[in-house]
Amino acid sequence: MLHLTLFLVFGAVCLAGAINLLVQRHPINSALSLVAVMAALAGEYLLLGAEFVGAVQVIVYAGAIMVLFVFVIMLLNAGEEERTRGSHIALLIGVPGMLTGSLLIAWVLLHHSGTEAVGIGALPGPPKALAQLLFHDFLLPFEVTSILILIAILGSVVLAAKPEPSQEKEN
Amino acid sequence: MVPLHYYLVLSGILFACGVTGFLIKRNIITIFMSIELMLNGVNLSFVAFAAHWHALSGQVFVFFVMVVAAAEAAVGLAIIIAVYRTRETLNVDKVNLLKL
Repeated sequence: MLHLTLFLVFGAVCLAGAINLLVQRHPINSALSLVAVMAALAGEYLLLGAEFVGAVQVIVYAGAIMVLFVFVIMLLNAGEEERTRGSHIALLIGVPGMLTGSLLIAWVLLHHSGTEAVGIGALPGPPKALAQLLFHDFLLPFEVTSILILIAILGSVVLAAKPEPSQEKEN
Repeated sequence: MVPLHYYLVLSGILFACGVTGFLIKRNIITIFMSIELMLNGVNLSFVAFAAHWHALSGQVFVFFVMVVAAAEAAVGLAIIIAVYRTRETLNVDKVNLLKL
């Protein structure tokens, strides 16, 4: 019962943050509601027994990545978003289509999944077991991600660097 | 005990919110945040399935998704800065030419 209550509380925070992200017009408000979503998701991970994933979620996602977003918002001095009118056909077809699709998926999930309960702490996710898996079975993907990160660092430095003065004159 | 499909429905709703934000938002930074929301929804279903099937591999894949999200955010925000520098706008409707 306690687990269900905690799940519902964290889930409500998640949903409120996600909807607030859509409704808010200033990007900084959207960024802060996204931080709330990520923190609540860390709570859900703790409920699922994935304590290390929850900690990394708070540190990497809610910490590092969102700081990057907020930093860019402040750097570019982003103001309120200007709304443009969308097409009416998209609204007429898209909203009922999305509603039927999501209701169908929810119905299938609620009625046809082997509804075995996920218990709290059923699967201990201690850092030791995760490290065994990550550095033994998934060693190659792990090394590949390090190359990916290296390329991403180089790419962002090249993209965000100021153009050289000689090039600026040509432009 | 919380049934598995509750987590899946929550993750689906988060993903749908991300898709909706990606489509209706006009600020390029908010569009990026919607992509992060989608990735978070996927992560939740990874962890839920990992707990359901008692397989830790699901949690390991969450880390890979986080690495991809971090790389994507770094490169994407650099692209946003480059776009803002040349066009002085963050509205995607005004970024409709490949070359100025």
